[in-house]
Amino acid sequence: MSLYSEKVMDHFKNPRNVGVIEDADGVGEVGNAKCGDIMKIYIKVRDGILTDVKFETFGCGSAIASSSMATEMIKGKPLSEALTLTNKAVAEALDGLPAYKMHCSVLAEEAIKAAILDYYKKNNIPYDEETFRGVLEEHEE
Amino acid sequence: MQVYADNAATTKPRPAALETYVATATGTFGNPSSLHTPGQRAKEVLEDARARVARALNAEPREIYFTSGGSEADNQAIVSAARAGARKNKRRIVSTAIEHHAVLHTLKKLEEEGFEIVLLPVSPAGIVDVKEAEKAIGADTCLVSVMLANNEIGTIQPVKEIAALCKARGVLFHTDAVQAVGHLPVDVKDIGCDYLALSAHKFGGVRGTGALYCRAGAPIFPLIEGGAQEKNRRAGTEDLPAIAAMAAALDEAVARLPEATKKTQALRDMLIAGLEKVPHCALNGDRTRRLAGNVSFCFEGIEGESLLLLLDEAGIAASSGSACTSGSLDPSHVLLAIGRVHDVAHGSLRLTLNEDNTEEEVRYMIEKIPETVNYLRGMSPVWRDLQTGKRQYIL
Repeated sequence: MSLYSEKVMDHFKNPRNVGVIEDADGVGEVGNAKCGDIMKIYIKVRDGILTDVKFETFGCGSAIASSSMATEMIKGKPLSEALTLTNKAVAEALDGLPAYKMHCSVLAEEAIKAAILDYYKKNNIPYDEETFRGVLEEHEE
Repeated sequence: MQVYADNAATTKPRPAALETYVATATGTFGNPSSLHTPGQRAKEVLEDARARVARALNAEPREIYFTSGGSEADNQAIVSAARAGARKNKRRIVSTAIEHHAVLHTLKKLEEEGFEIVLLPVSPAGIVDVKEAEKAIGADTCLVSVMLANNEIGTIQPVKEIAALCKARGVLFHTDAVQAVGHLPVDVKDIGCDYLALSAHKFGGVRGTGALYCRAGAPIFPLIEGGAQEKNRRAGTEDLPAIAAMAAALDEAVARLPEATKKTQALRDMLIAGLEKVPHCALNGDRTRRLAGNVSFCFEGIEGESLLLLLDEAGIAASSGSACTSGSLDPSHVLLAIGRVHDVAHGSLRLTLNEDNTEEEVRYMIEKIPETVNYLRGMSPVWRDLQTGKRQYIL
């Protein structure tokens, strides 16, 4: 299929980091079933480093590929670095997404931020609301 | 194994149609509007095709207008009836919520021009209620348009009953028969329609060609101006090879109809029975009042596009009404009309068979599809929530 790049198809067919972390330090879920996309990201944090990341996704091929790529890009990285991951970087790492599928990469960015925010909240770690604006707004809906 | 199960999208051209196409394109290349011998030979082929298409529908040759396909035929029928209606100050058009976009978008345009459009709901089984139609047809109604069979869920509509209501009230009746012609017995006199649209590539012809049946005396105006072809109702040099191929395909489809229906229906029922074993799924559309080749399901907890991509990897060509496959935000209007909520409608799968499919292919699909659904459910947070009771099952 030429709808997606080879990278997208690879991450869709062989997704990395699929699954659940039962004792996760943070969990982020974004999107909704009505729109056809839900992304859930589980993180393990040790000394400010993302020691493990897993995802579950309900959605189209590019949603699954974006989750897979995004988790791979942040795994083993410091939280501060994971928070700088943009949807554009995820899409670029996948060799591009069709324009109408860009929201899938946005969901990946937001799911990661939501998981980190959950971790901060659970551990009473102060955070900059500006960094989490997109995620906080979604939660208020 | 490669399985083509998307015959509602397009069919493989029949060998008889392709042979006719090549023979006509090479042997009868003249322009039917030319006075010379090659032109007149082409004209004969054109009129022979018209007579054959007419015969297949129990119509008169002069009631058949060749078009570029089903969409154009639908557009022309609706716009013609609306124009005639407007002259008599009748500006109400009644149709259904499950029509093809060729009908719905044309109606939307007419609505913007001041027509009142009423879309009838359908039952959860995907069938229009004749009583609802009766209530909606008023003195100001100029046209009723109800499809013969639905393209997504395959349901067959009570067009004969609705056409009779229209006739009694002096209202024009159009039926989009794109999915029906070549797959069901279609007799325009028996239905009692004023217009009927058909498309060649849905029954083994080549794409880019279709026809509009317009009952003699019913209003018909051209959408395309610029020549006297089709009795001034459709300008443009006729696509003669494709038209002749359509007639050949239709002849064969009609001749083989009883046998093909029997075989396809058995495959359909075998596939439905196999897929129904998947937990938390549902068949879309009435079980018996449906096209012989249509299988449409919703699987809870997954999204249709990812299912299609994985099935394609497994060699199965199918289709879905999920938003992601249509490029829009909403899933199929047909699935929403039969009461499937968004969450579930996103997980739809349509498999459309014909007599070229085999039992072996059906067995392969019965093995692969549940396997793929399970795999996707395994990575779906929605499925996890359903299984852990955080979310309630809909199906």
